[in-house]
Amino acid sequence: MKRKLEVSELIFKIFAYTFLTIFALLCLYPFLYTISGAISGREYVDNNQIILIPKGIQFEAFKIVFKDNQFWSAYANTLFLTFFGTIFSMFVAILGAYALSKTRLLFRKEFNFFLVFTMWFSAGVVPQFLNYTATQNIFYSIGISDDKWLVVIAMGMAAMNIILLRNAFEGVPKEIEEAAFVDGANELQVLTKVYLPMSKSALATVGLFFGISRWNGYYWARTMIKNINEWPIQVYIRDFLENTIWNTDISDISVNVYSQNSLMYAMVICAIIPILIIYPYIQKYFAKGANLGGVKE
Amino acid sequence: MKSLFKGDDFLVFNPETGLYEKDPEQQVRDDVEKHYWKNNLFTILKDWRLYVMLLPMIFIFFCWRYLPMYELLASWKINLTGTNKVAEQDWIGFNNFYTLMFGTYSASFWQAFRNTFVLSFYGLLFGFPVPIILALFFNEIKSDKYRSVLQVFSYLPKFISTVIITTLVWFLLGRKGIDATAQPGVISRLLTVLHIVPKEIAESGMMYQPNYFRAIYIMTGIWEGAGYGSIVYFSAVIGVNPTSYEAAQIDGAGKMAQMRYVVLPAMLSTIIIMLIVRIGSLLSIGYEQVLLMRHNNTLVTAQVISTFAIDLKDSANTNLATVPELINNVTSMLLVIGANVISRKASDTSLY
Repeated sequence: MKRKLEVSELIFKIFAYTFLTIFALLCLYPFLYTISGAISGREYVDNNQIILIPKGIQFEAFKIVFKDNQFWSAYANTLFLTFFGTIFSMFVAILGAYALSKTRLLFRKEFNFFLVFTMWFSAGVVPQFLNYTATQNIFYSIGISDDKWLVVIAMGMAAMNIILLRNAFEGVPKEIEEAAFVDGANELQVLTKVYLPMSKSALATVGLFFGISRWNGYYWARTMIKNINEWPIQVYIRDFLENTIWNTDISDISVNVYSQNSLMYAMVICAIIPILIIYPYIQKYFAKGANLGGVKE
Repeated sequence: MKSLFKGDDFLVFNPETGLYEKDPEQQVRDDVEKHYWKNNLFTILKDWRLYVMLLPMIFIFFCWRYLPMYELLASWKINLTGTNKVAEQDWIGFNNFYTLMFGTYSASFWQAFRNTFVLSFYGLLFGFPVPIILALFFNEIKSDKYRSVLQVFSYLPKFISTVIITTLVWFLLGRKGIDATAQPGVISRLLTVLHIVPKEIAESGMMYQPNYFRAIYIMTGIWEGAGYGSIVYFSAVIGVNPTSYEAAQIDGAGKMAQMRYVVLPAMLSTIIIMLIVRIGSLLSIGYEQVLLMRHNNTLVTAQVISTFAIDLKDSANTNLATVPELINNVTSMLLVIGANVISRKASDTSLY
């Protein structure tokens, strides 16, 4: 039997539907606006006449961005940082989390504290800067002159992600591990043949977190990477905003059919497209990831 | 059984021999204690692979999380020889602290200090309840398909980089265009239509107005993180047994009463944990976002401790620049420990 809705319940429901729909559209709107802005004509963009629907459609801005070699080399740098950074972080995190998840690990509590303490107290940007500069000098002296490796190795490690993985590994039944040991597997085999296949969703979540933070990293890449040809895309976009958009006098009579802003919008779209493409496939892991994050001691 | 305490040992009367003898269990305990380090060494050797696995993590955290803490010593040192190596600098006691708090930089330091507090406090006040409300609302949407579509949209901004989000904010709230028909950014125009922002301010660009920085910063934070933040609360809400609602309805509870007595208690531990997390990160304001959103005109409200330190590093010297962050991060750590102690006393929920 279907229960009749009470008035208060009905009002609440209507309110919830409206509010959430508006919120979701607001979350989406800036991206739709960006697409419209990228393909709209100069006079409409420069005068901020685009609201949602593109006006005076042109694709020149995209063509210019597609032909911009520096932009694509920045793109390649971002791919490099994301690929190697994620692999490196995952390697360190998986091994560490596996060891920490074992109750037979001696000084387990102390090792955990070592990790968790970095979440309570961080030295701050300036001490980190001093530390990274020192590391950079060491890297130079042993012949690694590519600053990208400094970013890959020294930055982007998060204690939270290791704890998340550790919690997932702790959830793997002990009996399976013991059976594997009885069958003569060693530690590494147990990790790769038992633990990793059994915690796929946690691995996906953590890999995603690492990957996204690598893709989106800005400040340290800008501070530590000296050669501008090695800048990742985020730095390139910000630099374009600061040095091209803000320094362009928009009252200049431009012969182009596209606005400078449209170039910016086109770059932004190129920079978020990889995230948008993988987003539908990975978003089911978010809920798990956000919930796994509880720190247990 | 008679027993006797003698020295370190319990002696137990053994009726067979008629003597007081050492307790056999005590003997075992003694052996364990005697061979404590030997046993430990044995365990380590047996599981040496585990410890090798820990090494990369320890190395990374030691080199790039703990060694920077050593650089904090620069706060008490002065750079006389032009070296950036803290170990080679000279001690000057609390002079840097003094210069910062009461000397040349006192005005800008206290301004940054105040801004950090105000910004994070408002951020907590307005930003914290939104994900909870969203989760409650998501729970009302019974169509799974529609709800997951809404959720997917609302998580999206979380995964877009700060650079791109701030770029979009600059454009959407941006300045006026070229000619007479030109308009300011779309969102600021919407705000003028709704009479939230005066027309002149929107036209001169909201991003250049110190009075609007805080609101913009906090709204951006909510837009960016509220959808994603609602996930934890939502999973607490869907964990509520449906029979609880029915029972409440039979008892005559309306919607609000159900919220108050059924849903809220189920979410309480999550709320407390998230609150501790938020309080712990109260002062660690996203410096990247401030750095990208501030403008020379808005420094009065936009300058926070981290960005102030970055500016000091670039303009003055690194020794002076480590001080504000030291103060900031120590306060932040005390806050998280304090919040944890209070919540442990109040509700048995604690994070660490």
